[in-house]
Amino acid sequence: MRATPDGVFKALADPTRRAIFERLMRNGEQTVGALTDESGVSQPMVSKHLGVLRLAGLVRDRPEGRSVHYRADPSALAPMLEWMKTYATFWRGRFDRLENLLNRMDQ
Amino acid sequence: MNGPITTRSVIVERQLPHPAEKVWRALTQGPLIEEWLMKNDFRPVVGHKFTFRSEPMPQWDGVIDGEVTEVQSHTRLSYTWSASGLKSVVTWTLTPVEGGTHLRMEQSGFRPDQEANYRGATYGWQRFISNLERVLGERA
Repeated sequence: MRATPDGVFKALADPTRRAIFERLMRNGEQTVGALTDESGVSQPMVSKHLGVLRLAGLVRDRPEGRSVHYRADPSALAPMLEWMKTYATFWRGRFDRLENLLNRMDQ
Repeated sequence: MNGPITTRSVIVERQLPHPAEKVWRALTQGPLIEEWLMKNDFRPVVGHKFTFRSEPMPQWDGVIDGEVTEVQSHTRLSYTWSASGLKSVVTWTLTPVEGGTHLRMEQSGFRPDQEANYRGATYGWQRFISNLERVLGERA
């Protein structure tokens, strides 16, 4: 409930971007061309989605000659997991308070 | 007893030496909710929109907006939970056990609140996260 990993959640909220990220996770490094062949959307769209993923830190790029290779960086998911851990701590604290209240309540 | 943290949801469970009816009251009556959770205008009525308020903190205004989505008296309570631009669903399940109640809280379906077009796609998100866990597991 402090800083939220907004960028990561936003980047992954789009189904096409999720699919692209998943594919990079599964298959390793790929070019825009290879990703376009599989994704069913145009190359400019794939490039745009890759741009959003890159800004969120989920994807890294490596230019080689004329083409750019993209790969997933799962470490960018860490803030999302961290944020969920914060919630777990929050709820445990609230459970303690709930128990305390129940002990004070009449039947 | 504390539950596991997965990438899919936050789960906390506890055995309470109190009857379900009493636990239910603590989960659903405004003045009681305030004692353990937050200031609120909550009512256990499906469709009721409410606000939880606590002290603002750095990077969080202390406000949670929600809407009641499910009410099964003494058994199950579900509401949406929107904070800091992220929306999720909180579900409480009460199960009577010998000497008390097993209480389970699950918070799941985390997604950006402002992406209205995403609302129909919860399944896609869940599937994505579980695929991700699998892929991460394979690489570990």
